[in-house]
Amino acid sequence: MAWTTPAATGPLDYPNRRYGHDHDRYAWSMLTDRPPLSWPQGRGLALFVVVPLQFFPLNPQGKPLKVPGNMVMPYPDLRHYTLRDYGNRVGIHRLLKALDAASVVPTFAVNTRLFEREPLLCEQIVGRGNEIMAHSWSMDTVHAGGLDEAAERELVQRSVGRLRELTGQPVRGWLSPGKLNSPNTPDLIAAAGIDYFCDWVNDELPYRWNTASGALWSMPLSTEISDTFVLVDNLHSEESWADQVCDAADLLHAEAAEQGGRILTLTLTPWLLGQPHRMKHLERVLSHVTGLGGVWSASGAQILDAAKPQIPAP
Amino acid sequence: MSNTVSASKEALDYYRPWPWDRRPKITWPNNARIAFWVAPNIEVYELNPPANAFRTPWPYPFPAVPGYSIRDYGNRVGHMRQMRVLDKYGVRGSISLSSALIDHHPEIIELCRERNWEFFSHGIYNTRYTYGLSEAQEKALIQDSIDSIRKATGEAPVGYLAPALSHSELTVDLWAEAGGTYTCDLFHDDQPTPVKVRSGKPFVSIPYSLELNDTIAYVVNKIEPRRYGQMIKDAFDRLYAEGAESGTVMCIPTHNYQVSTPHRLKAFEEALEYITGHPDVWVTTGREIADHYLKHHYAAAQASIETLNNATHRSAR
Repeated sequence: MAWTTPAATGPLDYPNRRYGHDHDRYAWSMLTDRPPLSWPQGRGLALFVVVPLQFFPLNPQGKPLKVPGNMVMPYPDLRHYTLRDYGNRVGIHRLLKALDAASVVPTFAVNTRLFEREPLLCEQIVGRGNEIMAHSWSMDTVHAGGLDEAAERELVQRSVGRLRELTGQPVRGWLSPGKLNSPNTPDLIAAAGIDYFCDWVNDELPYRWNTASGALWSMPLSTEISDTFVLVDNLHSEESWADQVCDAADLLHAEAAEQGGRILTLTLTPWLLGQPHRMKHLERVLSHVTGLGGVWSASGAQILDAAKPQIPAP
Repeated sequence: MSNTVSASKEALDYYRPWPWDRRPKITWPNNARIAFWVAPNIEVYELNPPANAFRTPWPYPFPAVPGYSIRDYGNRVGHMRQMRVLDKYGVRGSISLSSALIDHHPEIIELCRERNWEFFSHGIYNTRYTYGLSEAQEKALIQDSIDSIRKATGEAPVGYLAPALSHSELTVDLWAEAGGTYTCDLFHDDQPTPVKVRSGKPFVSIPYSLELNDTIAYVVNKIEPRRYGQMIKDAFDRLYAEGAESGTVMCIPTHNYQVSTPHRLKAFEEALEYITGHPDVWVTTGREIADHYLKHHYAAAQASIETLNNATHRSAR
């Protein structure tokens, strides 16, 4: 499926100046113009927690480009390799303990290569029964412009297919490393049987995409309150991250009471948030959010399945 | 002439020195101490903008998902949220408008029209820069944005903020010649000031704070939301106090993809509640400030600037 967004022939040529968006991948719609959504048991705020389980190779190729978090020192970058690995050895278990204590359900976004390399971790995560979504092959397989279409098709099929084998789950969700896409990513993941992806931060509710393989859904997953954005990119304190999440939760919770179901979307990264000095701030967030009342902690697919029948066909 | 280095100047000559403490008193309607305005930038960014030799629109190859999608969020989700808060505190927005939004998202234009908000020009797309344009091309861009806004709202815009803050040496002159009366592109003052333009017509700069611009605060300076709210209140306190002597101007420039996100709106709302809770605040628009200043203070300002600068020149000889 083409993007139908032709290039301008000069600085004063505007070939895509028309009603709606400047491409045809999804329809223009303001959130408040849509029918209000409701969540099971009349709850107003869904809580969608994504926990990425990532593998950063020691020898990244960086093609077509490198996303943040990868090796940066001369080879071998023990410093960053092991610090990322910390998340899969220590941080994840600490996060899960806190989530379980708060009865908050994680959705795991998994680099397939990690589960291939680490059967123990795979077994432990699969055994929990939480939803597992695809997160490409590794943090060094970036889906961005410049990636050859055939190579990307193979990469998507290998990542999704092998993850299904390893986990025995249908694997309906997709998160691209660095939330980047090539022009073909939405088509290729839809062709691999993916129902929803979390790469586009342009909405706070699920909405439909058009792809060559039919419908694909975009699920919201905020970058702006993700732990990596707040703590690593912005260098805010842990306390500020917790304040920001609590403020977001309060606003969405109040809005849900007036305007229909809302979703608070959190990305909790084991190699970052799972450090000892950050845990109490996560615990404050979990306690605040679950204490709001009427909060539905659910996986990406559960939230999407609840929303879909309420969203009119185009 | 395009803006080439060989044609560059050492300094701007839009305005002359004019000490803050030696100016004629400014008075605002109802003896307000401060003219307060909010300038929501309502923008359209292209997914596939043409290349520009001076500035690259997106940091990633097509499709630049992170940058494009968060700006799309502003129009799909953020606008309505910010508008509700402005409604609540009785603030009419002065929109810095990418005029292509009239074509892409007319629903937003209609909502702002119903509220009698001001529309001023912010170019056509925020991915179309002034850099590299000839005078005729920049003039055409400006006229296109004026015609689009007039057709959509029934009124021509009088204020300009160049698209993506991209300027040529002629931007301000061309805006004045196209019928504009004020610019937001100069950040040199906390009061309106006369601006010298090529045509010699009366023309003013209206303060539009970059320091309080949410994108500068959040993206460039990486400020925490609650600190941003405190910065706004602190700026207000100082300008409100100073306004007892001579009227000041305070602007909060916003973007619907920054200030309206769930983790940031509270800080903005608390600041608005604080400001509008004071008695001597003229809650107004950029255009109303420019009109008032041109009518009541422009002549005295010109005379003061002349006198002070001529006196300096005499004593220097």
